[in-house]
This record gives sequence, C-alpha cells and structure tokens, in this order.
Amino acid sequence: MGEMKRHLSELRVGESAVIDSFTDPELQVKLLEMGCTPGEIIQVEKFSPLGDPVAYNISGYILSMRLAEAATVTIRSQR
Amino acid sequence: MAKDKVISRKIALVGNPNSGKSTLFNALTGLHQKTGNFPGVTVDKKTARVALHNSMGSVIADYIDLPGTYSLHAKSLDEEVATNVLIDESNEAHPDVVIIVADATNLKRSLFLAGQIIDLGIPSILALNMMDEADVQGIHINHAVLQSRLGIPVVPVSAREKTGLQQLQELLVQKPVVPQLPFISITNLAPEERKQLQAEHTEWSEYKCLVKLHQEVKKGSTRFPTLNSSALQAEETLLRYGTIASILDAIQLKQQAVPARTRQLDRLLTHKVGGFIIFFILLFLVFQTIFFLAEYPMMWIEDSFAWMRDQLISNLPSGFFTDLLTNGILAGLSGVVVFIPQIALLFFFIAMLEDSGYMARVSFIMDKLMRKFGLHGRSVIPLISGMACAVPAIMGTRTISNWKERIITIMVIPFMSCSARLPVYTLLIALVIPDTYVGGVFNLQALVMMGLYVFGFVMAIGAAFIMSKLMKSTEKSWFILELPVYRIPQWSNVFYTIYDKVKVFLTDAGKVIIAVSIVLWILAGFGPGEEFKHIGAEITLLQDQHPEPNDSVAHEIKIRQAKQLELSYAGRIGKTIEPIITPLGYDWKIGISLLTSLAAREVFVGTMATIYGAGDEENTDPIREVMQREKHPDTGLPVYSFATGISLMIFYAIALQCISTIAVVRRETKSWMWPSIQFIGMGLLAWLFSFAVFQLLS
Repeated sequence: MGEMKRHLSELRVGESAVIDSFTDPELQVKLLEMGCTPGEIIQVEKFSPLGDPVAYNISGYILSMRLAEAATVTIRSQR
Repeated sequence: MAKDKVISRKIALVGNPNSGKSTLFNALTGLHQKTGNFPGVTVDKKTARVALHNSMGSVIADYIDLPGTYSLHAKSLDEEVATNVLIDESNEAHPDVVIIVADATNLKRSLFLAGQIIDLGIPSILALNMMDEADVQGIHINHAVLQSRLGIPVVPVSAREKTGLQQLQELLVQKPVVPQLPFISITNLAPEERKQLQAEHTEWSEYKCLVKLHQEVKKGSTRFPTLNSSALQAEETLLRYGTIASILDAIQLKQQAVPARTRQLDRLLTHKVGGFIIFFILLFLVFQTIFFLAEYPMMWIEDSFAWMRDQLISNLPSGFFTDLLTNGILAGLSGVVVFIPQIALLFFFIAMLEDSGYMARVSFIMDKLMRKFGLHGRSVIPLISGMACAVPAIMGTRTISNWKERIITIMVIPFMSCSARLPVYTLLIALVIPDTYVGGVFNLQALVMMGLYVFGFVMAIGAAFIMSKLMKSTEKSWFILELPVYRIPQWSNVFYTIYDKVKVFLTDAGKVIIAVSIVLWILAGFGPGEEFKHIGAEITLLQDQHPEPNDSVAHEIKIRQAKQLELSYAGRIGKTIEPIITPLGYDWKIGISLLTSLAAREVFVGTMATIYGAGDEENTDPIREVMQREKHPDTGLPVYSFATGISLMIFYAIALQCISTIAVVRRETKSWMWPSIQFIGMGLLAWLFSFAVFQLLS
C-alpha cells in the first residue's frame, strides 16, 4: 500500500503499467471484453495528433480510446 | 449415387470485426451471395446457398454472415442482431451450425466470443483463420490440444490463401454435434433470477437465460430489481478470461505481439503533422478521382440512354406510350444508372481503406475535431464523400455504431455540395456574377463557386452541432476501437463490396426514383382544359409537317413547348406556389424548375432550357442570354437580378432536392420520419436563407 492511485490517462508515450480496476461500470464491461483485464500490462503506443484519443498496446493488439475513457481505468506500476 | 433426401443446413459465420470473417464468407460462397436486411433493422444480412458434397452424402448449405461482434452482450445495433440470431431458436436465421471465425494472430480475444457461443450450446466449429500470417509471425498453435480443451472441432484455415476450406466444408456436411464441455461454470451468476426465467422457459439453456436476463434489464424491465447487470457481466468476463489463460497455457502460446510493420506504418500515418498531410492528400486524390474519372462513364451512360431514346422515338409510333417510355421511364432509368460510376468508385476507395486497416486510423486522428460538433471520428469519410454524391455517402455511415451520431451524420450529409449542384451553380454564376478578377489574381466566379462549397460545409457542421444539442440519447458514445493490423486489401472483398452496394442502390433507391420520374413526367406532360390539348395538337402538327425543321420552325415549336409547360399541371402548380416564392425573388418559371428539380437538382438546367425555349441543353450560353433578357412583366426590371441569382444559389445549396437521397435515407433509417424532417427542415432553411439574402441584396 501507500502507492498513489493513478489513471491510465496519465501515462505518457512509451510508458506502461498494470491494469488495476475500473471506475465506470458500463465501460468496465466493454474494456474487459476487449481484453483489458486486471493484471494485464498496458502500454501507451501513441497519442492521436490532436492529443486525444490514445492508442494502447494491450495483449498483443492496439486498442484506442478517448482520454475520458482511459481516465476510468486505474493502474498500478509494474514491478 | 443414391438419391437420399437432401438435407439443408443453416450455417452462421460469427466472429470479431477484423477476424477475416467476410473474406471467409466470400471464399466459401463466391457469387452465390445475396444481401437483404434483418427484419426491422438496417443491418445488412448476407446469405448464400451452396451445395456441399462428400463421400457420406451432400447437404444444401445456407450460409449467413452475421455482423462482427466482440460479445453476445450486445453494445451496438449490429451486435444485437448477431446475438438475437444466435440465442433465439425461432429466429428465421437461427443456425444449425456456427462457424466461429477466430484470428490466429489474436487468439486470446477471439476465444472470448467463442466461449460464449460454446456455452449457448449451439453446434460450433472454430475456424482458426489467418494461419498464413500466424506462420509468418512464427506463431504455432497446437490445434489438437485446443480442440480437446474447447470441446468443438478446430480447423486451421486461411481465407485469403483459400487453405483449409475443404476440411471445413467436410465438417459442415457431417451431423452437427452440440458442444460437450461448458466453457465456464455460470452457477454463481444470478442463480435466483435465472431460476425464475428457467421456470417460465424450460427449454432454454442456462446461459441463454443469463443472456436474456441482461437483455431484459437493458430494455428497462424492473422485474429483477436487485440484479446488477454490469457487475454480473464483468464477473462473467473475468471467468472467461480465466479459462482462456489456462487454455493458452495448455497450448503453450506465448504473448502475441503487434507486427513491427504495423507499428512502423502507424508512426507515419498517425504522425502529428504527417498523418494529417497524408490524409488530406489521400482525400484529395479520392475526391479528384471520383469527380473526374466518373465523368467519362457517366457521359457514356447518358449518351447511350439518349441514343436508346432516339432509337425508340424514331422506331415507335409517336403517342402516349412512346412518350411515357422515353421521357418518363427511360429518363428516370438514366437518372438512376448515371449514379453507378460514382457509387462504384467511392466504394472501391472505401473498401480499400477499410480492408487495409487505414479507416480506423482516420477515425483515430479526426475524432477529437468531429466530437466538438456532435459527430464521431467515423463521420469524416461519409461527410467528405457527400461532396461527390450524398447517396453512397449515406450508405457509408453504417460504420458508425452510435445511433445518434449516425443519424446526425446522415441528416447533415446533404448539406455538402454534391456534384449534381455543380451544373446549377455554373449556370447561375455565369448569369449574375461578373467574370472579373479580385485583386488581379482571383477570379470572382471561381471564388463564388468555392464559397458555395464552403457554405455547404459550414451548414453541415452547424446543423450537426444544433442537432447534437437537441437530440436525447441514452446510448453512450465511445471510442473503444481496435486499430487493426495493416493488411494488403483483398481484391475479392473490394469487388464484393462494390457489387453489393451498386445492387442495393439499383434495386432499392432505383424503384423510388423511377416512380417519381414518372409522376413528374405526368405533371409536366398533362394539363387541364382544352387550351393544353390545343397547343399539344399544334406542336404535333408542326412536327409532322416539318420532319427536319429549320431554325425558325424549331423556334416556333419551342415557343409552343414552353407555353405547353406553362399550361401543364406542373406549370399550374408553379403559378400556385408563386406567392410563396415571390419574397425570394422568384417567378412562376423558377417555381416550375424548383418543382421539377425535386427529382434531381441538375434537372433545373434542362427545365430552364425548356421554359425559355432556348437551344441545346448541353450549351448553357443561349439559356443564359435568354434568361438575362427576361424582364418582369409588371415592373419591367430584369428577373435575374444579382439578388435573385444569389438567392437561388443559396436555395440550391441548402434545399434537399434529390429523390435519390430521400429514398436512401428512408432505407438506411427504416423510417419516413427522418427523410421527412430532413426534407422539410432543409426546405425551410433554404427558404429563410434565400429570403434573407434576397431582401438584403435587393
């Protein structure tokens, strides 16, 4: 414990983290189904030219989502 | 061969988007496919009937291609259609066997949907697609172990290379087997509520009860107040990924990775600056091609229709039926067929961009901009396509899954200046805008033309913004979108897309266009009273007396034809609506043109030519001169003043005068409500803007 809760939307290009939990129940289902399960490593592939949405590298493919959607995903750092 | 009773079998293809499902469907069915609609929704339904044989016998296979989906718990209209076909045994499309199309290069996520279908208890076969790419990437999948863990047959295939298809078809001829192993145990998922449903429907499977529970909650049922649908789905998903992890472990599949080529291409195609530049260059090329390349086949089509018309006129006795055939039906047909080159070209590009994986990137780079106006990243391509023609553009909005965003896109597309407005603009600009240079460089006429295109775009964006504020929607807009691996487009997929879209356009929109053309022909060709008949007789007499009329006789005929139009029903309607259009600066003659160009805007030029008895339709100069000389009978002032001209341009820039668009909007929204709102709304806007412009300028 003691580690601050961070959100997926705070990651910068190239950074990666481990998915921890979700704050939006509806988006949670969609994201889980797309393979964003807790414990999975997620990495920022790149930002859209206008800064939003963002493309992530997750379980072997690229998934994009808006920053507002990424903000509903809490992450913890990779050990 | 023994004449056994022929068995027919319904086979559904199910899979994630980008799993190569359509390619597999095309490979299995070829040109046997038909496109229809699922009852009550706009989702395309592709079916095909193919006979399959093996040593054991033969079956008639009725294939059906279901919309791509990630989960049976549907999030969009397309996905809901797939779910309903799969869970509802009474659905006419409910399959006897399901082919689950899995992407071998992205197996983990593919197995999620596979597990749900296995739990439904429908006989299934897993087609492990894209084996060619998996081989290149060095991915080895032990399909024997996978098969034993899933409890359903697993066939490695490559729909692109057409490998493994025979083995798949062999299995399809055999008697379907119900999956033997549950993928997950759903014992702890809403047991009480499921028991309630199960008691009412004893024949439903356990998992079907669960899917139905979620559907009921989604529909707003209050029968299960303590059921937390989202939490329950999340729990189920985690259970499924637990099973998947152990399966992937058993077949010793290591973590799959995004191919280096895709990441390199993305660095370029979604680059901060380069991404936009490449997008606009591509756009420019596509637009130019549609605009200019389509012109030749369109010309050939129009010429051959004109030739056919001449042939019919000279070979058939003149009279009612010949006229109906040539000026009603044939003119209508020509108006339909002439759109085919643009539709085919547009869908050629759309299919190429979609199939290559680039389309998802366009949405990715444009989403933020479009969102500000209530649109979605996926609205970009349809909007731009609208500058060529609204009809294929509206057909291209199906990729937008959010209903509200899709409707808004459909509603605003016709504001974009399409190619049919071009001849109208050309004539009016030549009429009232002087051919001078502004600042010595910019041609004023060209500037006005450009201004009209910009005006259309601004209207579209503005209307989208207002609609997004007015429309209520409970459906969440999201951008959780897979950016698929870049692939070289499949020619067969591109070909089938074009074939399909052209066919749908011809059969569906075509009917309406021809019907309306006939109505217009009746309105313009008939009139009440003796006077109309009399002038018609005069024309016939003149034509009979002068089989090859000289200029003055031709002029006499044209004057009478103009008078005939004035006396026709269309002419009378023009006179009737005159009070409405006078504030815009128009007279009854313009009124007739507004009326006849309801079928298609470009008819304006032809009608003007008829009314003013001017020369050849191809050549706008004479009409322009006659129109310039036209004086108002009461005031003696020119009818085509600067103010009237601009007012007319604005009217044509806004109003929805296109039967094809109305027909296609009706088809895509499955209701008359949206095209009615669109037609009336755009008509009112056109009136208001033209009124304001005319009053300001005159």
